[in-house]
Amino acid sequence: MDLFVQQTVNALALGGTYALLALGLAVVFSIMGLINFAHGELMTISGYTLMYCGIAGVPFVISVPLAILAAMVAAVAMERIAFRPVRGGSGATMLITSFAVAMILQVLFQNLISARSQAVMLPPLLSESLRIGNVIIGVNKIAAIVATVLMLVFLDRFMNRQKTGIAMRAAAEDFAIARLMGIRANTVIAGAFAISGLLAGVAAVLWVSQRASVDPLMGFTPVLKAFIAAILGGLGSLRGAVAGGFLLGFIEVYLAAFLPQELQEFRDPIGLGIVVLILLFRPNGMIPSRVLGSVKV
Amino acid sequence: MTRAPLLSAQGLVVRYGAIEAVRGIDFSIHEGEIVTFLGANGAGKSSTLNALVSLVPAAEGQVLFGGEDITDVAPERLAPMGLTLAPEGRRVFGGLTVEENLRMGAYGVRSAEKREAAWDMVHDLFPILHERRHQFAGTLSGGQQQMLAIGRALMCGPRLLLLDEPSLGLAPQIVGQIFDLIALLRERDVTLGIVEQNVAMALEVADRGYVMAGGRIVAEGTAAELRQTDRLQAAYLGGS
Ligand SMILES: Nc1ncnc2c1ncn2[C@@H]1O[C@H](COP(=O)(O)OP(=O)(O)OP(=O)(O)O)[C@@H](O)[C@H]1O
Ligand SMILES: [Mg+2]
Repeated sequence: MDLFVQQTVNALALGGTYALLALGLAVVFSIMGLINFAHGELMTISGYTLMYCGIAGVPFVISVPLAILAAMVAAVAMERIAFRPVRGGSGATMLITSFAVAMILQVLFQNLISARSQAVMLPPLLSESLRIGNVIIGVNKIAAIVATVLMLVFLDRFMNRQKTGIAMRAAAEDFAIARLMGIRANTVIAGAFAISGLLAGVAAVLWVSQRASVDPLMGFTPVLKAFIAAILGGLGSLRGAVAGGFLLGFIEVYLAAFLPQELQEFRDPIGLGIVVLILLFRPNGMIPSRVLGSVKV
Repeated sequence: MTRAPLLSAQGLVVRYGAIEAVRGIDFSIHEGEIVTFLGANGAGKSSTLNALVSLVPAAEGQVLFGGEDITDVAPERLAPMGLTLAPEGRRVFGGLTVEENLRMGAYGVRSAEKREAAWDMVHDLFPILHERRHQFAGTLSGGQQQMLAIGRALMCGPRLLLLDEPSLGLAPQIVGQIFDLIALLRERDVTLGIVEQNVAMALEVADRGYVMAGGRIVAEGTAAELRQTDRLQAAYLGGS
């Protein structure tokens, strides 16, 4: 039972990080039909910001917002420089553009910083743990869960109460008509990228907090997982992205914890098998986007 | 009429790839008028309205609105200038509530006073929308969605409101309500450009009309004149 509680906390922490990343992908996809594979590099940029802040002796409470801000600025810049020229292009054009952006950034990190993994200084508090009854829970896990919940509440408020957030939902449904209302295309798209950067930045801080290191390919794996989560939830659906992120976190953590020793080798294929099985029954994902729901993607 | 028209188009052409949907048409709409565009399916009526609000680009020609050249102005700048469209098929934001849809209609309006005035007018005209304001627009009936689409367009306080087939797919008694509403809008000095399949009703509310066929204007005149011309019938029978 204690082990189960323990693993559930781990699953929530990991799933929450996937959920934030999947949400970032979904926000951009829902508005401009772009699957941004360079989302992972936004994480990496945040990671390096944390690393350099640590080296410069900047206190962690300041380096965290700086790292998040760096991802937001990078996301908006990415849109301006790389994605605006291909806006309205086919899905394939935009997808390939995002691959190119990701690769260029990876090469830049490798050459300008280091190809190897770098240590990130973290406050000692993050590696401590709390004992609740017989369950020992890492502070970093609790921080991850709290941060995820805060972000989800913030995003929900933003999308449902703020004029810009409502405009983003409108634009996700019918971009042309949204523009007809006076909603500026550039504003909602830049807004979507800023939010995806914010989410990637927070996810990066959480990711680095569990590992204390950063490398040029840091963002690749989590964003690949987030992409799977977004599809699992229903591509373009924000609620789906959150559900998919948590579900994937649970699948991974529970398999790692409860799969018999001799099957551990096959953990990832089994996990992906479960995902495929879910998609067989729900081809448009668990909570399909209302816009794409009727369309075969 | 001696005053300059509120909106005028000269030599307007709309193309979709190789298809020429609108083939160089001239027309105008004056302040306070209701002008209707009639014609069979595929005549190019929607393409014309969509080109006026830049939803599709004008391949050739010029559109003036309030004396300004708006041919290549981005759609998001038109609502604040006072030109908007309730599009064919309503296209309300189904995942937004009625109230959110209306708020989006006023998105480009800076003055809070103007927003309030539009809000009051819409709630006055459509009490049902006020009743349903917290409901998702996607759950409304067709007639209510059409009212929402028109209400949403009115939220920017337009000088010229374009309606593309407001009666499309609605039950006959609801169609009557929509036309009653159009009559009410005229009392409130909203200038209207209306595309309609329902010729009899359209000519009843309109002052003037243009008849389109094959991307061209084949007849024009006052509503009374159009009721009599045989060009109208010819246009619907596919002639030009
Ligand atoms: N997006 C598009 N791409 C290609 N062709 C189009 C497009 N929209 C319209 N057309 C074509 O342009 C022509 C005019 O269409 P339009 O929708 O303007 O006609 P309409 O008079 O509004 O007809 P309806 O009464 O059916 O609404 C038609 O031949 C139509 O097939
Ligand atoms: Mg039409």
